[in-house]
Amino acid sequence: MSIAITTQIICFSVLSLVILIGALGVVLLESIVYSAFLLGGVFMSVAGLYLLLNASFVAAAQVLVYVGAVNVLIIFAIMLVNKKEDLKPISDIKSRRIISTSICLTLLSLLIRVDLTNVWSLSSPQNSIREESTIRIGEHLFSDYLLPFEVASVLLLMAMIGAIVLARRDVMSKDISTGLPVDQELIEKSSEPLLTNKN
Amino acid sequence: MMNLETIPLQAFLIVSSALFCIGIWGLLNSRNAVRVLMSIELMLNAVNINLMAFSSYVDNNLIQGQVFTIFVITVAAAEAAVGLAILLSLYRNRVTVDMESFNLLKW
Repeated sequence: MSIAITTQIICFSVLSLVILIGALGVVLLESIVYSAFLLGGVFMSVAGLYLLLNASFVAAAQVLVYVGAVNVLIIFAIMLVNKKEDLKPISDIKSRRIISTSICLTLLSLLIRVDLTNVWSLSSPQNSIREESTIRIGEHLFSDYLLPFEVASVLLLMAMIGAIVLARRDVMSKDISTGLPVDQELIEKSSEPLLTNKN
Repeated sequence: MMNLETIPLQAFLIVSSALFCIGIWGLLNSRNAVRVLMSIELMLNAVNINLMAFSSYVDNNLIQGQVFTIFVITVAAAEAAVGLAILLSLYRNRVTVDMESFNLLKW
């Protein structure tokens, strides 16, 4: 990387701050729509970190797949299921929060403890292959990682078919269980739940 | 102040640990099912940062970590598609996205 070290440190700090504050916003904000857009910002900043690590191809893939596909998919899902509902209060919410927060903080301290234990023999920090990383990834994908590459295509096909089967409306004109005509419209109407609540 | 020649590997690892823990907190505490899926994406991104950092600092000639990251991104995309489809069909049957009301498997 030919950028000066001061610039690198500034870029890294800004990107890390955006990632961490954005991630906190994703999990803490009340409105789910704001969370989705903040998630897009987090994905973009992660792509910036990849650029700092000399990985232009993965950064581009991150922007295309995460921001362009996953985030848009999430926003679509929010649009389809966005209904104002007042959630039932949970009685022991406070103890749950305390337990989960302490578990997360413990895990964080453990992970940071491991991170700071320097046991890896680091090679020269300058990336020796620079812009060749795309070529190198292509060579990997078509030689020693050929089988996982092909299996990944099968996985994507299965995911596509599975998503269509799970999410489509009934193609039959009558409901099997009730015998009533099925509404084929795109927007969900409020209907009787098929599965009743257990309590 | 020590004179840095490059950003230390530990900085990337700490950012990714923090992101992972935020993801776990969101996974445990969200009541909206869409937010649970978003938390899973955050955790996958934390893992990806880890893989990329190691591939650039430890294995910067073969960069196998970047190949792994590509595969993780692929699986994450498939997971998001199937997860949101399951969410839609859950919403169709239960008319809610509250995680507390999905208790059919509770004994």
